[in-house]
Amino acid sequence: MKKLGPYLILLVLLAACFSLATLLQERAAGWSKRGQSDNILKVLLGDGRRLFANHFFVQADVSFHGGYYPSLFDQANRPKDTSHLTAKEGEPAAEEHEKQMNFLGPPRDWIERFGRHFIITAHTHLEGNKEREILPWLKLSAELDPQKVETYTVAAYWLRNMGKVKEAERFLREGFLNNPDSYEILLELGRLYYENNHDPARARKIWDLALRRWSEQAAANKDPDLLTLDQIAGNLARLEEAEGNFARTIQLLELCKKASPHPEALQKQIDELNRKLAAPPPAAASGPR
Amino acid sequence: MNTVLALSGVVIKELYRRKDFYVLFVLTAVITLVMGSVSFFHDAKIVRYVKEIALLLIWVSALVIAIGTTARQIPAERENRTIFPLLAKPVTRGQVILGKFAGCWLACGLALIVLYLFFGVVNGSREHHWPVLNYCQAMWLQWVMLGVVVAFVLLGSLIFASPSSNATISFIVVFGILLLGRYLNQVALQQPEPLRTVVYGLYFLIPHLEWYDVRDLVIYDHGLVAWLDCGLATLYAALYMAVFLLGAWLVFRRKALNQ
Repeated sequence: MKKLGPYLILLVLLAACFSLATLLQERAAGWSKRGQSDNILKVLLGDGRRLFANHFFVQADVSFHGGYYPSLFDQANRPKDTSHLTAKEGEPAAEEHEKQMNFLGPPRDWIERFGRHFIITAHTHLEGNKEREILPWLKLSAELDPQKVETYTVAAYWLRNMGKVKEAERFLREGFLNNPDSYEILLELGRLYYENNHDPARARKIWDLALRRWSEQAAANKDPDLLTLDQIAGNLARLEEAEGNFARTIQLLELCKKASPHPEALQKQIDELNRKLAAPPPAAASGPR
Repeated sequence: MNTVLALSGVVIKELYRRKDFYVLFVLTAVITLVMGSVSFFHDAKIVRYVKEIALLLIWVSALVIAIGTTARQIPAERENRTIFPLLAKPVTRGQVILGKFAGCWLACGLALIVLYLFFGVVNGSREHHWPVLNYCQAMWLQWVMLGVVVAFVLLGSLIFASPSSNATISFIVVFGILLLGRYLNQVALQQPEPLRTVVYGLYFLIPHLEWYDVRDLVIYDHGLVAWLDCGLATLYAALYMAVFLLGAWLVFRRKALNQ
């Protein structure tokens, strides 16, 4: 028998490997419980990726503050939630955040005093479209932990502010696919349709769904998220009022009242709407001539 | 002085003959360029994350070059027995220490110039503005910091048994100071006595390398550090360099070389 050359054997082995790979590739996905949706980061890092996701989310916050941010040793002053990332100046969340971020205090010794010449010591927020700088960190955070809802809402808020409505919508939809029960994402998606796309019909559907999701989860939760309820019902009430649906507006404002820290102002609004409802329509009042 | 410069010249030649720097530079460049080419939400104006990643890589690369190069200088001379012909010439042990220190420090400086040049070009091409003075100041402060690291590692190379143990311990100490140095006083105040005094003492004793890390000022487009503060920081670093080099000389002066 003629002796096979080593190159020929190598070629045959490579061909065998290639053929086997094409045969097994499809089956291999089904062997483990991991589906096609698992990306390489999930496979490599497992649940540890959530730690990195949190790190990147904090990095976005650091970037938003232009590098001025409490360290691990100033834990007490670390922002507890993400409301400051989307709060406008003068809002209670912004004022509370301003107090929180005053974490440096007077220097304790000459080393600390001198060291402050080399670090950022002023609390500022990004402005003038520089907010875009936080987006890569949020995108990375979402890639690593698709279940971190606030990543999608914060990124979408800033994308909308920068006029990138399509990108915001796409990112929110990606978030909604990963978190189908999230009323926070639906709230933000509704805002996008109402404020940016001027599509009240679609916004109403989305906010109605958000309200349903909130109710489903609130029933099972001892400590329901009243702040978000206030926002969903408030937005929906504004929409219904603009559309002239006063009865529904009153229902929604009653919901808001449960969640709002200032129910008396809402009660005034409800009374006003009740008067409007009770008054005869202008055409009927004037009567036919 | 000529002897010191001649000795340092040998160390610098070693830097460009070895592959370490090229590998680190290529890694830094590739990672930075790949990250820079990623498009986030179709926005080409996003730039700070690239600066952040590039500067982090520059810092890590510079520390690896400084510690890696310095840790093997004297042990390699002893192992290859080239230290004997070197000392047989009219070269004192003090000059060997100074020459090795100057060589390693200058080599780090050269590496920093190349790395910052790359950083400046990449950043300038994306941001379209060139804060050259800020880059120069950041590079100067980093180089001064590396001087302290080089002197410390040189002392370590005379105390620890092997270059690997010296490099490992040096990395731990340097990263420890960079990450925790600034907060040691806060940690100390939360401890009961006598631990509080010990930790506070340590806080005053360590060289505060974290001062020289002004990456945030560059990344977030803040102004320059006052030149007086820059000068004082340089003086502070020079004192620590002197302390470590004197320590190295004191150990090397009486060290048996044939062990």
